[in-house]
Amino acid sequence: MTHRALSIRRYLPDQDQASYWQRYEVPADDSTSLLDALHYVKEELDSTLSYRWSCRMAICGSCGVMVNGIPRLGCKTFLRDLPHELRIEPLAHFPVARDLIVDMDVFLDHLAAVKPYLIEDAAVGTFDPAAPTPHRQTPAQLARYRQFANCINCGLCYSACPQFGLNPEFLGPGALALAHRYNLDSRDSGKQARMPVLNRHEGVWSCTFVGFCSQVCPKHVDPAAAVNQGKVEAAKHTLIALFKG
Amino acid sequence: MQQGDFDVVVVGGGGAGLRAAIAAAEQARAEGRPQRIALLSKVYPMRSHTVAAEGGAAAVTSHEDSIEAHFHDTVAGGDWLVEQGVADYFVRHAYRELVQMERWGCPWSRQEDGNIQVRRFGGMKTARTWFAADKSGFHMLHTLFQTSLKYPEIERFDEYFVLDLVLHEGAIAGIVALEVATGELITLGAKAVVLATGGAGRLFRFNTNAGIVTGDGMALAYRHGAALRDMEFVQYHPTGLPGSGILITEACRGEGGILLNKAGHRYLQDYGLGPETPLGEPQNKYMELGPRDKLSQAFWQEQQAGRTGTFGDSDVVYLDLRHLGAAHIKERLPFICELAQAYINVDPIHEPIPIRPAVHYTMGGIETDDQCETRIEGLYAAGECASVGLHGANRLGSNSLTELLVFGRLAGERASQRASSRTHTSPHLLLEAANHQQQALSQRCERGNGGENWVTLKRAMVQAMENGCGIYRTTDGMQTALDTIRQLRERFRNVRVSDTSRAYNTELLECLELGFGLDVAEAACLGALERRESRGAHQRLDAGLTTRDDVNYLRHSQVFYRGEQAAELCWQAVDIRFSPPAERVYGDAAKEKHA
Repeated sequence: MTHRALSIRRYLPDQDQASYWQRYEVPADDSTSLLDALHYVKEELDSTLSYRWSCRMAICGSCGVMVNGIPRLGCKTFLRDLPHELRIEPLAHFPVARDLIVDMDVFLDHLAAVKPYLIEDAAVGTFDPAAPTPHRQTPAQLARYRQFANCINCGLCYSACPQFGLNPEFLGPGALALAHRYNLDSRDSGKQARMPVLNRHEGVWSCTFVGFCSQVCPKHVDPAAAVNQGKVEAAKHTLIALFKG
Repeated sequence: MQQGDFDVVVVGGGGAGLRAAIAAAEQARAEGRPQRIALLSKVYPMRSHTVAAEGGAAAVTSHEDSIEAHFHDTVAGGDWLVEQGVADYFVRHAYRELVQMERWGCPWSRQEDGNIQVRRFGGMKTARTWFAADKSGFHMLHTLFQTSLKYPEIERFDEYFVLDLVLHEGAIAGIVALEVATGELITLGAKAVVLATGGAGRLFRFNTNAGIVTGDGMALAYRHGAALRDMEFVQYHPTGLPGSGILITEACRGEGGILLNKAGHRYLQDYGLGPETPLGEPQNKYMELGPRDKLSQAFWQEQQAGRTGTFGDSDVVYLDLRHLGAAHIKERLPFICELAQAYINVDPIHEPIPIRPAVHYTMGGIETDDQCETRIEGLYAAGECASVGLHGANRLGSNSLTELLVFGRLAGERASQRASSRTHTSPHLLLEAANHQQQALSQRCERGNGGENWVTLKRAMVQAMENGCGIYRTTDGMQTALDTIRQLRERFRNVRVSDTSRAYNTELLECLELGFGLDVAEAACLGALERRESRGAHQRLDAGLTTRDDVNYLRHSQVFYRGEQAAELCWQAVDIRFSPPAERVYGDAAKEKHA
């Protein structure tokens, strides 16, 4: 067991409009995650430190923070892998609500904007509980979109995205990946309905293909690929609209 | 103070809560009378603990299977403490709910021809578990959340913590909640309320559960007179990671993984689950596909006999997947690979995974009737927080994800129907309740001398529960746990938090969760102590009490809250209308019995 120092950017809106750095010493061994270290601070040193967390197994998406400037999940970041000096901050590009907690409402709004649900073709009958019939979908059809369905909505990609930093109206990597997930689903017929929101400046066209979103994604969703495949689809949509006049 | 009036208020944004909200919205639309539905959750819905479920959801799917078989597996799996009318309803509605999820886009794993793929699960007679790789709960939760966005009548209150229910003349009238972001209280009037707040695994020190699984909803209903039923039945999942307790899905064994002690012996054959099945040929209800209670008990026996290995500070056995081959493991169990690698630095493709049992699921909960209504009129409960009576003394893996859907929908529909024939009560009651809560919160945040610390009390609670209400239990151990919890409840009155700020006061939330948890813990300890037999997940070591006693204990325990006084326990008959209690056996013993 060794001791490690964490510098955490604190922000307590009830007390002060300015943020400040606070340093804590925490015990750490090979298995200590950043989330474990935050728990130690809260339970042993300073109960006023606030942060989000829940599953501690990298699936609920609650505990994203900036670690030395890189967005990461606290529960899947281990002190053993990090340089000695640790600077922990709330996720970048979101308004800070308190300490390591950011306001994620804009992200939720962007998710909702892309109609992230299955839109079935009208020819497919509505679901009948008395005669429930599933769609068929082959493993190959599933494989087309499965990767993009693995997004845990942690928001790390938004903190990695310089374009979202400049313009929060940009739908951003996570929402665009989710739209792409449904557009690629063999059971879905909603691409036309989603296209007006995707095929505009705040949609796919804000992306400048920096690609950092995909690097920080803890689930290898590769939102950059989704966005850029989405650009091809959007361009096709525009062309078709032109020819149709 | 923010106020609102809703037809239906759903508390909890996990699988059951989202399914209930959607069902209420559809019910209202079908009847042509638009309703306002509020969905409150202390976290964003997709953070809810449904997200961590891995293995899958059960429903009779193939032509060789039958609803009678699923019914029998569930009833026998629950050691006959199951409400059989409820189980019958459940198995009959399971398939349509999983198809409904499919039609909403859930990415279920498929066979080559595009049909649904099913996998084996413990205690089930045949393969009937639908899955989405090993992230079934994650995909279900996100599918439900995303689908819920289609319904503008569902108004979300994300990060609102419910402090109290408000009743009027014995019926639900609304709720009081804390807006976590601002510290402001809100009141929502409601003609019906659905509780879908999850289990209470965090009462125990070592568990597979997320930090939010603190029994809040159970305590809310219990404090107003609902019974907590069968709370002594706490499921230890046999395969958690050492150190953290992170869940390693039963699907590992469904796919053919085996369990070994430190000598490399498949020890389950020594505990009535054999004979040993050939490697790579898993057989339902044999060996590693026995039920969870029996597997966790077998671990404990091996530990006592000194046949477990060690990993860090933990005694462990080993889950070996290597013979499944890299391709199959990566296709079916990718999340398990990620978890084992990240949290204990083990690659399951090349090494056995050290594992040990961890508290996983609360079989008991808020007593409801077969329509999901509690004994408080207009208050419904569904999912892990509820005891609709499906799981009895031991839940079968992959029944709970289906339960969320079947009973989440039913609760939502019933709540909507009730709301259509009711009016709101006067806002005066709600305001009064809110003022009362405001005072209680202010008191918690008062700076004073000699206040108790919530961290100390929380640690004492989880340790007491682990010591007294573990896999095997003794009278002395349970009595000590109950005494400790009662002392902690008294000490809790003097708990003070240091953080007095309003925005995101997470210390205050943890303190409130502890208060809920202590009430629920008392009910669990009391149920355990008073159930003087061994059944399912409740196993006693006391002489004369190590077997099932149907004469005296084929009954549900019901615990009632008595304020600052000790809780009271009653017994309730079990519905055994279809299947009379029989010996519960697995492996070849079952074959002999049925021969």
